Amino acid sequence: MSLPGQPLSSAFDEALAGTPAAGPRRDEGRSARREQLHLLVHSKTFIAGAIIVGFWVLCAILGEAVVPKDPLATDPLSDLAAPSGDNWFGTDRLGRDVFSRVIAGAQGILITAPAATLLGTVLGTALGLITGYFRGAVDDVLSRVVDAFLALPVVIVGLLAIVSLGPSKLTVIVVIGIVFAPSIARTVRAAVLSERELDYVAAARLRSERTPYVLFAEILPNVMGPVMVEFTVRLGYAIFVIAGLTFLGFGIQPPAPDWGLQVFEHYGLISGGFWWPVLFPAMAITTLVIGVNLLADGLTQAFER
Amino acid sequence: MSAPAPPQAAPALDVRDLEVQYRIRGIWRSVLRGVTLSVAEGESYGLVGESGCGKSTTAYAVLRYLPRNGRINGGSVNVAGQDVADMSEGDVQRMRAERVSMVYQNPGSALNPTLRIGAQVAEVYTLAGTDPKLAEERAEGMLSKVQIADPGSVMRRYPHQLSGGMQQRVVIAMALAKDPSLLILDEPTTGLDATVEAEVLDLVATLRQEFGTSVLYISHNLDVIARMCDRVGVLYAGRLVEEGPVDAVFHDPRHPYAVGLLRCIPRGGVRKDRERLDTIPGFLPGLGAELPACVYVDRCGLAQDICSTEEPPFFDLGGGRHSRCHFWEQAHELPRATPPAPVPNVIEAEAAPVVRAESLSKTFKQEGHEIHAVEDITLALRPGETLGLVGESGSGKTTLARLLLGLTEPDEGSVVELDGKTVAGAIAKRDNDQVRALQIVFQNPDAALNRRFSIHRIIGRAITKLLHKTGSEREDRLQELAHSVRFDIRLIQARPAQLSGGLKQRVAIARAFAGDPRVVVCDEPTSALDVSVQAAILNLLAELQTDKKVAYLFISHDLGVVRYLSDRIAVLYLGRLMELGDAARVFRAPHHPYTEALLSSIPSAEGERRERIRLEGEIPSAANPPSGCVFHTRCPRKWGDICAQEQPPLREFEPGHFMRCHIPLEELAAKQGVTLDGPPIDNASPGNPRAPVPEPRASDAQEADDTP
Repeated sequence: MSLPGQPLSSAFDEALAGTPAAGPRRDEGRSARREQLHLLVHSKTFIAGAIIVGFWVLCAILGEAVVPKDPLATDPLSDLAAPSGDNWFGTDRLGRDVFSRVIAGAQGILITAPAATLLGTVLGTALGLITGYFRGAVDDVLSRVVDAFLALPVVIVGLLAIVSLGPSKLTVIVVIGIVFAPSIARTVRAAVLSERELDYVAAARLRSERTPYVLFAEILPNVMGPVMVEFTVRLGYAIFVIAGLTFLGFGIQPPAPDWGLQVFEHYGLISGGFWWPVLFPAMAITTLVIGVNLLADGLTQAFER
Repeated sequence: MSAPAPPQAAPALDVRDLEVQYRIRGIWRSVLRGVTLSVAEGESYGLVGESGCGKSTTAYAVLRYLPRNGRINGGSVNVAGQDVADMSEGDVQRMRAERVSMVYQNPGSALNPTLRIGAQVAEVYTLAGTDPKLAEERAEGMLSKVQIADPGSVMRRYPHQLSGGMQQRVVIAMALAKDPSLLILDEPTTGLDATVEAEVLDLVATLRQEFGTSVLYISHNLDVIARMCDRVGVLYAGRLVEEGPVDAVFHDPRHPYAVGLLRCIPRGGVRKDRERLDTIPGFLPGLGAELPACVYVDRCGLAQDICSTEEPPFFDLGGGRHSRCHFWEQAHELPRATPPAPVPNVIEAEAAPVVRAESLSKTFKQEGHEIHAVEDITLALRPGETLGLVGESGSGKTTLARLLLGLTEPDEGSVVELDGKTVAGAIAKRDNDQVRALQIVFQNPDAALNRRFSIHRIIGRAITKLLHKTGSEREDRLQELAHSVRFDIRLIQARPAQLSGGLKQRVAIARAFAGDPRVVVCDEPTSALDVSVQAAILNLLAELQTDKKVAYLFISHDLGVVRYLSDRIAVLYLGRLMELGDAARVFRAPHHPYTEALLSSIPSAEGERRERIRLEGEIPSAANPPSGCVFHTRCPRKWGDICAQEQPPLREFEPGHFMRCHIPLEELAAKQGVTLDGPPIDNASPGNPRAPVPEPRASDAQEADDTP
């Protein structure tokens, strides 16, 4: 503030006033991210999802250490025992403890599904950045390829690839990653299309920045919101697809305690009244998918207001 | 007041001690702190203030349409004698449907993009119970009332097929369709061109006479309020600090905030080499902040001890005037916050042009059409000179700037020269020295600064790339730049969103100056800022020019601002250069008829209501420009058939003064009511609206400045 007769440069004043004294303005800005966090923490959807997913993550980490029985130990004498105090979820056709296998099964899916989704997200984000930024011929060609990919049914492509490459964890990850990339690329492209028009991109060109810098250092951080949302949405879908592939016998191979595999091995026995080796792993798949989708919904609400 | 109210009739709007709070991050924060105002039957009341003062909140509170996190926690709002707070949901709906209308800032988002115009306007009538057939007819009638030339065809169109000015007319038609007793206009012309704004303002004024509607007019633009309103209220930090008849308040403000606001605007032809603009130091208190006794004490040059201990009442000054200042009698003696010392001119008149464009053209291809965004422009900038670039939106100002910068590649045959040497059209093909010689300050700092980067990284990166400096050399340069744009180095690690608009623009300026540019394009650098911040930024730009001898290409739709900073002016229309000459010369008749129309469309807070030259119709499409002189379709001084047949060349009418017009200078002068002989050209003539005579207001301010 200037005193009468002592005029200060008001410009300097304005700058100084931007220091802590001008609290509210600073506050408003800093909070953009904090507000998102605040929304997340107070979103019931997100919390519910986090609890479910958190439970399965815990199972995946502790897994073998906490299960009451060895999930691989067969016991031909007590096969297909109904749930009891000894075997909470009963035993399967080889006498393995279903409860232990369900808990231990979390690990496999919680490695393959995120890995596959991550691969798809990285590929898709790069593709989306490039198609969105260059537009023109590059965009036309790549976008048509992407469209063609989107038209292919995921499970069929997955089946064909696994049949020709041989079933393995790595194959599942790579195949799903590649199949997922196009739809992530589309989302990222849409976000980049609006970002590239912003003047900070022109400003970068006005200091002769190289294109990779503009794409990955300038634009990418600004499209991370949609990318994260897309990642979680895809993660739920990946769990579903991997379980589906395994159920068809083309994913994880026995004797791994995989949920899809367990359903695959026992669904024929349901008609005989042996529901427990199918129901519990199926419920595990369902809850994990629901949990991840709840997380995705929570993130969407926070990031895309 | 245009329609005096019957003595005992309730005012159209009566707001008493209104308090509104918003819940932000779990805390209720006060936005309005006891606003009292009343709009009489048929009166037009203006509400001014900078952004964040609570103008729009007042409007929303009147309609009981606050956002979900808002609440009225004190006071009352009476619309035509009825308390809005006591109304049921249904009553409120009925009030909004029948008695109070609102026109918003952005007409594009006020109209439903999926419905035809006809359906949207007719809906207002059908809601009131009119038969659909009849509603359609009435809608068409209403559209012709808002001066839409071909209402039948407009009814069948979708909003996106109309220009901004047309859209706003449709919104106004909808607002007036139900013959409301109160019309609230919230910045209705802020996004529009000056020429379109002038038309919309005329329309509102005409309609108000016809309908006798009471108006609450909200605007940050003092000039618009001066033109449109009978009385004005100045809002600051959610409190009315001054109120009174428009003329009185603008000619003799009695609150330091009003005084400051009026001094910030470059007006009356003031120029950088005559005096620096005054500014208002400090910031508006934040939402919900603890307020001192007098809300303005922290920014007031007149503040004494009493101001922080005793809340000033709303002093009655007589004549319907009020001021919330202990020292209202001395308000006009407010000391300047910025010394008036002018910024010396540093144009090197004899020097070779630093940048020159010859036959610069750009043709965009769109769905088989060729759009000549910029056509055959030749101009040059000398070191230390400011060339102002004016014209309506769509006239090619920004494209021209992007061509010079190399962000857009010009057509074959265009030449851009830097220091006499031809440079490549695309920036990728220019060498580092050429790249750093030409820089830009963008209009919107929010978009121009990467929101994920710290200020340190934003400026630092520019230094690294343009000057190849690293380590401590880079830090030194950063310090120096921050100092020269008066950016507090302590804020260097902040993100853009943590800074105010003015500070963000300072960062953008620092970045543009990082590599010691020769020419800086300023593309509407202050249009996103409040007037008090605008003044500080304009002062800074002028000072930097003097220090660094940099040339500016200054683009702005605000002719007062252009005039303040520019040495020469270029007027663009449909991508063609219509007039080019010394600033003083271009602003003075005889000038190009388009320039004349542009100048006469600016409202002025001086309150004089001049006869204006209207431009008929919309700016034609650049894909299909008119034959002959591109301006002939709208030209108020059209000379004859030659205008439609032959494109006039850019002729040098006087030394250094170029115009693209068929009309001889003598005749143009006669038409514009000035004579050519006898120095200087007759300033006082009525046909010469922007004559650079020191208007009474300007001289008042001058006296006031000298007093302390």
